[in-house]
Amino acid sequence: MTETTGTTGTTGTTGTTGTAGTAGTAQAGDGRERVGFFTDTSVCIGCKACEVACKEWNAIPEDGLSLTGMSYDNTQALGASTWRHVAFIEQPARPAPEGRTQLPLADGPPEPPPADGEFRWLMSSDVCKHCTHAACLDVCPTGSLFRTEFGTVVVQEDICNGCGYCVPACPYGVIEQRPADGRVFKCTMCYDRLGAGQEPACAKACPTESIQFGPLDELRERAALRVDQLHEAGVSDARLYGHDPDDGVGGDGAFFLLLDEPEVYGLPPKPRVTTRDLPAMWKHAGAAALSLLGTAALSFVLPALARRKRTS
Amino acid sequence: MKGARGTKGEQAMVPRAEFASYYGRPVIKPPSWSATDIAGYFFLGGLAGAGSVLAAASQLTGRRRTATALKVSSAAAVSCSAAALIHDLGRPGRFTHMLRVFKPTSPMSMGSWLLSVYGPLSGVAALTAVTGRLPRTGTAATAGAALLGPAVATYTAVLAADTAVPAWHGAHRELPYLFAASATAAAAGMALVAGPPGESAPARCAAALAAAAETATDRAAEHRLGMVAETYREGRAGTLLRTARTLTLAGAAGAVLLGRHRPAAAASGLALLAGSACTRFGVFAAGVASAEDPKYTVVPQREEH
Repeated sequence: MTETTGTTGTTGTTGTTGTAGTAGTAQAGDGRERVGFFTDTSVCIGCKACEVACKEWNAIPEDGLSLTGMSYDNTQALGASTWRHVAFIEQPARPAPEGRTQLPLADGPPEPPPADGEFRWLMSSDVCKHCTHAACLDVCPTGSLFRTEFGTVVVQEDICNGCGYCVPACPYGVIEQRPADGRVFKCTMCYDRLGAGQEPACAKACPTESIQFGPLDELRERAALRVDQLHEAGVSDARLYGHDPDDGVGGDGAFFLLLDEPEVYGLPPKPRVTTRDLPAMWKHAGAAALSLLGTAALSFVLPALARRKRTS
Repeated sequence: MKGARGTKGEQAMVPRAEFASYYGRPVIKPPSWSATDIAGYFFLGGLAGAGSVLAAASQLTGRRRTATALKVSSAAAVSCSAAALIHDLGRPGRFTHMLRVFKPTSPMSMGSWLLSVYGPLSGVAALTAVTGRLPRTGTAATAGAALLGPAVATYTAVLAADTAVPAWHGAHRELPYLFAASATAAAAGMALVAGPPGESAPARCAAALAAAAETATDRAAEHRLGMVAETYREGRAGTLLRTARTLTLAGAAGAVLLGRHRPAAAASGLALLAGSACTRFGVFAAGVASAEDPKYTVVPQREEH
């Protein structure tokens, strides 16, 4: 495995250069374009082909089989051995203003308003966001997590010592330690396939092009068009998530088109890379350290003064 | 899915906040750290760091027995810290990977470097004090450990706060001061337990100041945290932090009023040490509780704008 300070120059070893204390912004190296995922949940059919393709291609171990009662979701969440997770949400259908259901067929006749007891499905394939300002990468003390030449975030498994710091640092709850192994694992955006000019296994397997892979700029344009199209069709709930380079993580390398609030899908509404506050935190820690010294000094001076007063 | 609380059918203890979640599942992953190892390390690191400061000042003012006792306790505490940190790694054999990079964006990387310098200094300070050999080296090591000690005691607050854990990050301004106060209380407690009562005037004063500072920062943190402060008041964290407050205040009061008597000084010291440990385990438990309930991630983010 190569050193983390490769041609990308964006890993933590040179970490002081990032804006406001973040270790590195996502820029693709080698003159390559930054690539990513655009997951359009409005066309997801919940087939879980992405989950299966991901598990198979990356040889991820089985991590428990259980019936959760959470609709068709028995995978539950992203984790060390689940790098794609399809969420299933059942909601009572809400009649739209024009009397349409929430998901009208593109050119069909207006559908009748839903009868009582009908509901709508929301399905969404979640994945590591490959943040522009990635908290996991920022806090990794070994340099195991690094920024690839494709602008993605990957764990070097021969370096990770299982300190677990990236786990609570991730604002999306993606990365996790594998109990029997001790190290952390997450989506690599199929780093091996990217190197061979292939698209990631999940995008390849997706039968509805809900998962789209490509250069990030191109995906953002495509997503903006798609959300406009849905708004015109009366799907006013459609919104993009993680597409904005000015958000709390500098934009996601994997972003989404959602049909409800992010938290309904288990996503944080306004995620933030906490390393942004690190300079302020170090300042407070410095002040606290000085206050500790001051308290100690005072503790020696005050009794001495009191004694002098008593003797004089 | 409004306010749904998990799949086990447990009852909510407080009125449900209006928020949406995915089957009540947490948004972020709670830390996988063991409380014994990491909260234990927060306590021991604080005891060691603040202890080195009090040791140096004791030596400077001719309180030799207290100075030696504190040097030994700091060296022991930092050794146990290192053991706890290595034990908590998923791959303990790879602990040297911590010193593979020097990374200011990672509090854990900075802490590893800090400990790798502070640990040996505190060890040399203790060894020279106990054996009486190499007094000059001992003085230099004592001074070095005293300079790095406050950083060892407070950086752990940044370590916890630089995560998405709502109860920790939300209090990132107050946590370092809380940790500094708690560390001072622990070191003062150790001085009362291990030092002779004749030398304990500064320790008694430090105990009082630390208890006051801890109470003040505790309040400030809860005020800042808003609804997330619930995690500091309820459940395991609430019990631990209430116990911590009682022990710390009782220890400080005992130290100030009865600290000239050996048994009372020792009891007060033990109360201060136990109080400091309860504070760190309480803060740790509050963090875990805040990460496990999606409410504490979603509601504050929603209220931001």
